[in-house]
Amino acid sequence: MREGLEWRKVIMTIIMFAGSILFLLPFIWMLVTSFKVETDVFTYPIQWIPRKWNVIENYKEVWFGQYPFTLYYWNSIKVAVTTTLLSCLVSAMAAYGFSKIKFAASNFLFLIVLITYMIPGQAILIPQFILYRNIGLFDSHLGLILLGSFSVLGTFMLRQFFMGLHQEYIESAKIDGAGHPRIFWSIALPLVKPAVATYAILRFIWTWNDYQNPLIFIRSDNLLTLPIAIQKFTSMSGEFYSLIMAAAVSAILPLIIVFIMGQKSVIEGIALGGVKG
Amino acid sequence: MISKKPPEAADKRKAWSLQQGETLAGFLFVGPMLIGVIILVLIPIIATLVLGFADWNFVQGFDGIRWVGFQNFINLFQDEMFIRSVRNNFIFLLTVPIYMLVSMVLAVLIDRYVYFKGFFKIAYFVPYVSMTVAVAVVWQVLFQPSYGPINEMLKAVGITDPPKWIADPNFALISIMMISIWISIGFNMIIYIAGLQSIPKDLYEAADIDGANAWTKFRRITFPLLSPTSFFLLVTGIIATFKVFDIIAVMTQGGPIGSTTMMVWYLYDTAFVNLKVGYASSIAVVLFIFVLLITLGQWIAQKKWVNY
Repeated sequence: MREGLEWRKVIMTIIMFAGSILFLLPFIWMLVTSFKVETDVFTYPIQWIPRKWNVIENYKEVWFGQYPFTLYYWNSIKVAVTTTLLSCLVSAMAAYGFSKIKFAASNFLFLIVLITYMIPGQAILIPQFILYRNIGLFDSHLGLILLGSFSVLGTFMLRQFFMGLHQEYIESAKIDGAGHPRIFWSIALPLVKPAVATYAILRFIWTWNDYQNPLIFIRSDNLLTLPIAIQKFTSMSGEFYSLIMAAAVSAILPLIIVFIMGQKSVIEGIALGGVKG
Repeated sequence: MISKKPPEAADKRKAWSLQQGETLAGFLFVGPMLIGVIILVLIPIIATLVLGFADWNFVQGFDGIRWVGFQNFINLFQDEMFIRSVRNNFIFLLTVPIYMLVSMVLAVLIDRYVYFKGFFKIAYFVPYVSMTVAVAVVWQVLFQPSYGPINEMLKAVGITDPPKWIADPNFALISIMMISIWISIGFNMIIYIAGLQSIPKDLYEAADIDGANAWTKFRRITFPLLSPTSFFLLVTGIIATFKVFDIIAVMTQGGPIGSTTMMVWYLYDTAFVNLKVGYASSIAVVLFIFVLLITLGQWIAQKKWVNY
């Protein structure tokens, strides 16, 4: 009976493998197409292994051509990394404050933060836009970074972890004469490092993929981040699908690498917090 | 040394100043987040509610604001495009049970009936972590009506007149929904796998002893014990459908002839293309009310059908 069960598992694995390949086919097609010469893109039956390779030319055009992806990459990296760092700091501080410091208005203030969690981002776009226009944060990376840095979600996630820390750690550090800043920085934060790392990866992915905020808050071509650049590139290059696919591969690849490297913590974080970016 | 004050008073004062110190530290720590949330979220939501009652165009400056009371909302309910966008939003809700079902089946299979679990988790998760814009661009080409790979394949298997997908008003919304399902499966599956792992193993062992088959075990143990997970996914999924934007903006821009217009797209189009700020704010208010109602409904419904 044991033997039969294993066989069932093998067959199921093969079926599921076929299913996952089918599921990933758009990505495979994208990758293969980015290697082809333009005239081979729509030949049928589909050439899953290119007859003629045009890899270097395609990617060179995307990275250094009229719409230089090197620039958009730099912009995306700058915005995503800074947002991630700032958001982690702000969220961790707030999470610590709400879970480990007992102060008067704590519950009331947490309620305020809680309420804002339900507000759909799109419902506040217009006032944000007007505000940004008036305080000079419109069309700047700083403005974009600030928009992504005050994540209520991050505060919730990290608060869960800070609450799990025993109060004794804090108390005994206090008796030794440490203030909250010091306890936070050298005791509490190191203890929740895995949680912060998980949140950091998620925040990075979300910021990297964010389309809506750059669309509305960035106007200058040289400040564009990848999602908008991809769209511009697509409407400009019109029928050059091999180039468009090379651009898409370029935009997704770093993400897949970050994800595969941190997949354990990403999947655990998603599962634990049940978060939806 | 002789203290002039009675010791309790000194203690009290010490405690008082300690508490003050705690309060100060508390504000210091939650301060940055709070200031950010107040300036970037709280004030804007109030402004949205106020602007919903105004007629205003960005270009006119603040002097150009004209207060029109409920006129925007009255207009909204006579605005065919808006009604269409709400209807499309509700049709789009259908994606939620579909991807939940697929994800649940995949989660059960991956959790119990396959080798290389890690590979499958990653494979089905890739569309979720990928950049929606890039993915949308790829699908745009795949769906190309006359020589795109999907229609070439359909023609090859004998379908002479395949649909024009996103170029056809009757198929555009369904096409977008299919892509959305494909993207959402990974996220839902991961949450379901986490839910499955929290089901006590001895329940299945007891069922095995009673001679229950796989289907009975699924129906009597797995499905009911996953209900909190399903409920969570249903609520977040419904809320997410009200925020669909990227994919519409890249693939169809609400077209052809309004067939894929959704509330958020219409809001964006009204505010940032047509520059009608007041009217767009009233759309935002309606959107906000929808999300609020769903969230409130969640609290009420939760007690009725979720097994804990």
